[in-house]
Amino acid sequence: MDLLLTLVSIIMTAATPLLLAALGETVTERAGVLNLGVEGMMIMGAVAGFAGAALSGNPFVGVVTAILAGMAMALLFGFLTLTLLANQVATGLALTLLGLGLSALIGESFVGQPGIKLPSWAGIDPLVPFSFAMVAAVSWFLFRSKGGLIVRAVGVSHASAHALGYNVVGVRYLAVLFGGAMAGLGGGYLSLFYTPQWVENMSAGRGWIALALVVFASWLPLRVLAGAYLFGTISILSFVLQAAGVGIPSQFLSSLPYLGTILALVVISGNKALTRRNTPANLGQAFVPDR
Amino acid sequence: MKKFLMTVAAAAMMLGAAGAANAADVKACWVYVGPIGDYGWSYQHHQGLEAVKKELGDKVETAYAENVTEADSEKTFERFAREGCNIIFATSFGYMDPVLKVAAKFPDVKFEHATGYKTADNVTTYNAKFHEGRYVIGQIAAKMSKTGVAGYIVSFPIPEVVAGINSFMLGAQSVNPDFKVKIVWVNTWFDPAKEADAAKVLLSQGADITVQHTDSAAPLQQAEAAGALGFGQASDQIKFAPKAQLTAIVDNWAPYYVRRVNDVLNGTWKSQQSWDGMAEGTVSMAAYTNMPEDVAKMAAETAEAIKTGKLTPFGGKITKQDGSVVDAVDDGMILGMNWYVKGIDDQLPQ
Repeated sequence: MDLLLTLVSIIMTAATPLLLAALGETVTERAGVLNLGVEGMMIMGAVAGFAGAALSGNPFVGVVTAILAGMAMALLFGFLTLTLLANQVATGLALTLLGLGLSALIGESFVGQPGIKLPSWAGIDPLVPFSFAMVAAVSWFLFRSKGGLIVRAVGVSHASAHALGYNVVGVRYLAVLFGGAMAGLGGGYLSLFYTPQWVENMSAGRGWIALALVVFASWLPLRVLAGAYLFGTISILSFVLQAAGVGIPSQFLSSLPYLGTILALVVISGNKALTRRNTPANLGQAFVPDR
Repeated sequence: MKKFLMTVAAAAMMLGAAGAANAADVKACWVYVGPIGDYGWSYQHHQGLEAVKKELGDKVETAYAENVTEADSEKTFERFAREGCNIIFATSFGYMDPVLKVAAKFPDVKFEHATGYKTADNVTTYNAKFHEGRYVIGQIAAKMSKTGVAGYIVSFPIPEVVAGINSFMLGAQSVNPDFKVKIVWVNTWFDPAKEADAAKVLLSQGADITVQHTDSAAPLQQAEAAGALGFGQASDQIKFAPKAQLTAIVDNWAPYYVRRVNDVLNGTWKSQQSWDGMAEGTVSMAAYTNMPEDVAKMAAETAEAIKTGKLTPFGGKITKQDGSVVDAVDDGMILGMNWYVKGIDDQLPQ
């Protein structure tokens, strides 16, 4: 029983950064904006979170700075793609590269320093319940509130939403900023709780996994939750099997989280009509109001 | 700030290169697999670069590329060769074939490949006998563990790593013949969160000491959080685990890098297979902490015996996992090691 509880807490830690970042990106993409810079926003969140906690001595200050750093990156992305109409794919990729470089620059003096860890109760830190609450909140917002209806409308057909008098660019800015805040928080989770230290590139591709989860989960928050936890569970179980000395090749076990998650999500998104209904039709397309 | 200045300096140099001849006599370049801020493997190599700069001053110009994946390495070597690097240090096992390929194209450029085993007229391999340090920590682990089980987090099943596990086990068995090790392959050199996950799983499965052959301090940090013990890797990581770090195997590439760049300066560089260890100072142990005095004394004596050559981790007859006996393990066998010693339950991934 003890072992089971320990494993559950390890899995929660593994899933939470993915869940946070993927939830944010779900809202961004629901508004029709494809931000491939999740990895860049996460790593900026990680360095800002560490710096905030280290300089103030309070890990909760780190949580705030992580969110702000993610939002700052997102604002830059929004300015380039929504105001200056730059290509979203290219800008997103550039945002990741910028984030990796900039975070290394900012974090240089923090390398080799232990960080301050968020307090936790029975292995569960405040961000785990928060991430569950966010799943419920995002779900409710997108499908049960007027604001969510507008966000989805902007993502499905920005021209129609504009014709109805909604401020397409404004809504998209907000969605992008929300995505940045959540990615930044996911990154901060890494440097404040998961592994309380700063090392360059410590997000190690989690932003990309989060991006993939969003698409495979058909932009549905509950499925994002399922995907993140499935991914976390399989990765931890593969370590458990290895530690138990089960003779399965470790290379295969390492690929299992990816294979398993993709398979499961492909199976549950077998309903084509549902997938089509939930795909933001204007994803990645620039909006020019007067056209 | 330093990085920013270096970027500016690099840009200025690129602009200036067209007009003015280069002042430095030799250009030495490094390619790292991880970020120099990993505080582990790549960080230690970069400390070597800094030592070269300090030691040789104006005579040498340096450059480096970090986070270079195996797949991207060929491009990087080629770019460095074209940019006038006289000697290129390739600091990851996985760079082996790209190094040889690019070296064949640029016969005048010297290449140095860390931890590899293929050489050419202009390709040297260099390595450090990290397994010497692992023998020492194996002894400490066997003395300090209450459960008699260590959790060992490893990256890839390459000879250097396998020899490390074996040497650790031989050291542990010299103290406790029944000592057990649980092994988890994470299939990455650098992913702190994944390394931490592996450590947490191992600690939940009965191990009370963590050992890692990956690049970050994350596993040690988990040991500290769980009230267990562990070892630092590549750098002295005591700051991350003041109550958990027993010692650390510290890589010190500085003497080797200074010597080799000097060889290029003097025109005495030759292709070779270099393999320094504790005796040369390339491998050293951090302070022995969090252990009783007698254990620290034993560890120090073992390290001293290895340094003076009185003890070699793979000395004497070695029984393999399958029960067959090797009469004498030579250097070649260690550098190409693909089998476990007796007493390891894991199955080696092939």
